[in-house]
Amino acid sequence: MFELLGVPPQALFGQLLLGLINGSFYAILSLGLAVIFGLLNIINFTHGAQYMMGAFVAWMCLNYLGINYWAALLLAPIAVGVTGVVIERFLLKRIAHVDHLYGLLLTFGLALIIQGLFRNNYGSSGLPYQIPAELRGGTNLGFMFLPTYRGWVVVASLIVCLATWFMIEKTKLGSYLRAATENPTLTQAFGINVPLLVTLTYGFGVALAAFAGVLAAPIYSVNPNMGADLIIVVFAVVVIGGMGSIMGAIVTGFSLGLVEGLTKVFYPEASATVIFIIMAIVLLVKPAGLFGRAA
Amino acid sequence: MVTEAVRERPAVTGGKPLLAVRGLEAWYGESHVLHGIDLDVGEGEVVTLLGRNGAGKTTTLKSIMGVIGKRKGSVTFAGQETIGLPSRAIARLGIGYVPEERGIYSTLSVEENLMLPPQVKPGGLPVEQIFTLFPNLKERLKSQGTKLSGGEQQMLAIGRILRTGANLLLLDEPTEGLAPVIIDQIGATIRMLKQKGFTIVLVEQNFRFAQTVADRHYVVEQGKVVDMIQNAELDANIDKLHSYLGV
Repeated sequence: MFELLGVPPQALFGQLLLGLINGSFYAILSLGLAVIFGLLNIINFTHGAQYMMGAFVAWMCLNYLGINYWAALLLAPIAVGVTGVVIERFLLKRIAHVDHLYGLLLTFGLALIIQGLFRNNYGSSGLPYQIPAELRGGTNLGFMFLPTYRGWVVVASLIVCLATWFMIEKTKLGSYLRAATENPTLTQAFGINVPLLVTLTYGFGVALAAFAGVLAAPIYSVNPNMGADLIIVVFAVVVIGGMGSIMGAIVTGFSLGLVEGLTKVFYPEASATVIFIIMAIVLLVKPAGLFGRAA
Repeated sequence: MVTEAVRERPAVTGGKPLLAVRGLEAWYGESHVLHGIDLDVGEGEVVTLLGRNGAGKTTTLKSIMGVIGKRKGSVTFAGQETIGLPSRAIARLGIGYVPEERGIYSTLSVEENLMLPPQVKPGGLPVEQIFTLFPNLKERLKSQGTKLSGGEQQMLAIGRILRTGANLLLLDEPTEGLAPVIIDQIGATIRMLKQKGFTIVLVEQNFRFAQTVADRHYVVEQGKVVDMIQNAELDANIDKLHSYLGV
């Protein structure tokens, strides 16, 4: 058996794949955070809870209603997105004119409430969610074994990320969104309904989190704390990429997943902290983030 | 009172004014900036607001457009009261706005900037005609909006509201900081727009420029309209104007 850089290739590629999977979740989640922050100027601390809600809605769909994974992949983001629209209309809108810190506190409080409700009803041990039949098994690529579902997660999140990027950067609706992000007052004075755009953007960002939650359900157990564990790392990713940059969020998400995977191979002790070390260095060298525009 | 003298004059030639402003007051936070602006603009007229820095000219335009924190009084456009409406609804009635800082978006290309404002009425200029007016824009459609020169940005800011069908244009110092040759081009554009039937309210520091395009001039001082001068009488009133403007 040959070795690569002193490591068996199965271990190397296996960890790189795991890194890519984690990176997929970092990318979708930090993308949603970046979109929301750009237009609402709110750091959405509820994001992790909304990711968890996506996984739970998929689980409920299957166990209470018999709705399968594929339908849940569409329905759960819509359902959780609607709860996001309600949160924006009835809560976030009311504090839009005060300091952003209040938005952070409010969304953090909401996250605790939502997690508490789910823990109360479902416990914290986690619920199993089966991989859909079409995506079971895997392929031996020679240098490593690729489980089909894991490959699907990477492809699906890439597609969603790039579609979101295309919509924001290349379409008419996206130009409204960018204009409202840059200068909401003037954009409104052209006759564009900015408040509606804000509501829909929050709903969309939340739906992205829920989509990631459905993707995650068969990999990690469906658990009220699954978002809280992940979201801290995602915030570090957003800080590294730069708040508000769409492509920055995507690229940083995937790359940091890979970096984390590589660290697990070469220096496992640091794998849990490497992202935070990078964050500290980026903050020292380029405080606006790798892709951020200096204010 | 001078304001009453203003009202007595036949401000508008024939019929009801397209834009009628009565007792307009406005605030930036706690500070009271407009103290009762009265003015009328007839359909097809070009009217300027003259006055010193800080007199309230820009604030008057912002208040008509509804992009200011708090405003009171009455602003009717084409017979409809707009004082309680959000700015997006005011824009939809047919008012186009070019802010003092031009408001070109850096995250949008020139083309996206141009196509951003939605159509609010039929009768806007076709894009081809805007390119005939401002050929520079056509050559730089894919550039980032803020990579244009100051003059080109001004042309873009004016061009994008000509598309929408708005028939009242609010232009805030379109000549500020521009080279004389560009100022001439903008003057020619304003005269052409008047010929096409656009109604224009123009804020200007430079009354020599205002004289070449306008029908009438309102003088704003400390948040009020203190005088109205017909363009034909501008030269006869030059001493008075100098004392108003402090030049």
